[in-house]
Amino acid sequence: MTRLLVLIMGALATVMFALIVLVIMPRTMLADIKAPEQLKPLSALEARGRQIYISNGCIYCHTQQVRDSNFTADVSKGLGNRPSVPADYVNDAPHLLGTMRTGPDLFNVGSRLPDQNWQLVHLYQPRALVPWSIMPAFPFLFEHKAKAGPNEKTLNLPPAYAPREGVVVVSKDAEAIVAYLLSLKHAYPAPGNDLTKEIAND
Amino acid sequence: MSSPLPSATNKQGQSETQQASTLHHSEVRIRPEEVRAYDDSSRKPVLLAFFLALVWLLVGTVLGDLSSFKFDRPDLLTEQAYLTFGRLRPAHLNVMVYGWASTAMFAVSLWLMPRLCRTTLRWQFAAVSGILVWTLGLGIGLVLLLAGVSDGLEWLELDRYWADPLLVLGASLVGASIWKTLGARQVQHLYVSVWYIAASYPWFAIIFIAGNLPIFKGVESAAVNWFYAHNALGLWLTTVNLGLIYYLLPKIIGRPIYSYWLSLVGFWGLALFYALNGMHHLIGGPLPSWMIATSITASIMMIIPVVAVGINQHMTVVGRFGAMRYSPALTLAVIAAMSYTAVSLQGILTALASVNRITHFTHWTIAHSHLGLYMFVTLSLFGGMYYILPRVLGREWPSPRLIRAHILLAGGGMVLYVLALGIGGVLQGLSLMNPGEAFEISVAQTKPWLLLRSVSAVIISAGHLIFVYHCWRLAYSSRQGHAQHPPFFELKPVLVKKGSAS
Repeated sequence: MTRLLVLIMGALATVMFALIVLVIMPRTMLADIKAPEQLKPLSALEARGRQIYISNGCIYCHTQQVRDSNFTADVSKGLGNRPSVPADYVNDAPHLLGTMRTGPDLFNVGSRLPDQNWQLVHLYQPRALVPWSIMPAFPFLFEHKAKAGPNEKTLNLPPAYAPREGVVVVSKDAEAIVAYLLSLKHAYPAPGNDLTKEIAND
Repeated sequence: MSSPLPSATNKQGQSETQQASTLHHSEVRIRPEEVRAYDDSSRKPVLLAFFLALVWLLVGTVLGDLSSFKFDRPDLLTEQAYLTFGRLRPAHLNVMVYGWASTAMFAVSLWLMPRLCRTTLRWQFAAVSGILVWTLGLGIGLVLLLAGVSDGLEWLELDRYWADPLLVLGASLVGASIWKTLGARQVQHLYVSVWYIAASYPWFAIIFIAGNLPIFKGVESAAVNWFYAHNALGLWLTTVNLGLIYYLLPKIIGRPIYSYWLSLVGFWGLALFYALNGMHHLIGGPLPSWMIATSITASIMMIIPVVAVGINQHMTVVGRFGAMRYSPALTLAVIAAMSYTAVSLQGILTALASVNRITHFTHWTIAHSHLGLYMFVTLSLFGGMYYILPRVLGREWPSPRLIRAHILLAGGGMVLYVLALGIGGVLQGLSLMNPGEAFEISVAQTKPWLLLRSVSAVIISAGHLIFVYHCWRLAYSSRQGHAQHPPFFELKPVLVKKGSAS
């Protein structure tokens, strides 16, 4: 090649082509998808929990998607009663689909592990409940105090993991992230008129 | 050292090169003084960028080691939020990609362009400020990330309001210097490295801006995320390093690239197909299936540019592999080139649905990304530094033994890393695929391989420490002035003990 114009125009053309195919076209096609009725928008506390989920990098070990049953064991392993579809995610910005299952999928964790106390203790020290777990502990989401205040919630820890003195108090952040986790339920049937469905039926 | 040539010589040199540009490129002869003038023109930004890259390399190594150790000891350093795994891991990735690799790539591009364009570096000030602005942006983004401010998208965690605009500005300033130099070129023919390097800068700006726009929701957000993350590798990290390898191989061996035609196929094939690959990170996921099918198809098509580049580079070196004994830069460039072929073929394999159903969501992916980002990108950049630094500083590497130790520790450590996580990932994936097995088993099966990964991380870190120490010795060694001989003239064989070289 001897001409800069060929280089720059060619380089721009290829990347713009990919941008149109993978970003701009899907954006117009996916714009019509509406939230299913049963998918509730997050409450203020749950939305705050979602931010805690993002800022502490839960996505690096946990996915939030149930894949096609023809192709994976996700449904038969009890991650959900159906594969997830684009409509399940319309409220998500940014998406939290995840790429690693170092820990289990959380798409339906609110149905699978609905106990708030279990979730709180598990966050404080996963190995108190799941001995083989390699999940990090999140003690910084809790406060260690001599005595709990009037409206404060304390953790009921197994003796081996409880502090020698005082109590472990649940912070607003811990409460928020557990509220978010418990909100993750997608048991409703997959909405119709879905793009993936349409294409699957073709 | 910065002895600018008298302007008279400079003018004379330029008129000579202009004359030379009418010659066929195989008849062009370049005088050493001319080359020295090109190297001197890029000296400041090149040394600055290499220095910053080495600092980031050490920071990223510590972050990576800690992230790895936390798999073995999940209760290690959990008291502070900024030390939690979910912050250290993205910090490691961002520091290595934008700090180490990208900053070293600035240096490589700024050093190569004047030489390949046969002119001095233009807008040197823009290049220097670009590197500094980029570093500032990354610093701000890193502090915010550790403090818990993240955009939440893999590879795009750095804050889109405070950090990312600085990164775009920094890369654009460096890119402006590159393109200005290219516009002032004294050669008619553009060498293959120039295509790759010059195209990388507009590509990076476009994909990085697109990836960071705050307008995407739901699965679109996932599509844009992986459009960017895959192209950051394909249209930025890969391209600049292929440009570097295309320069190093023929230059060190002293014979031309095997085939111009294969170079063209490799470049345009990569530009066309790589950009469409991103959705293969979401196979089986909740995206419209045509998007994923498009990416799987494009991933398979990648075999064309990958094989073209692989054959082209292999045939350039074939029969002269022995020269690797005398040149650490060649050794590393050859390993990096082979790793590019290997990682691309592994990537194509992983994009096939039958393989992906096992390896998706497992440590196989991490093994794959390290094969790409380390065995290809990082080793290529190490090779570049072994070649470039002595020429810029005008003195030879002080110790062949340190070079040998560095290459063996870094290369050997990473082979162990990729094998450990590759095996661990497949075991994990098979367990995740088995409806009869509890999740616990997938964790239990991965644990020993994660421990082995931590061992390899320590080995690699030792290699990095040796390399940085050696760079420090080179920079501050007492021997001043230009070397009498070409740098590799004095170098004893690397990787081979005395006597065994036949």
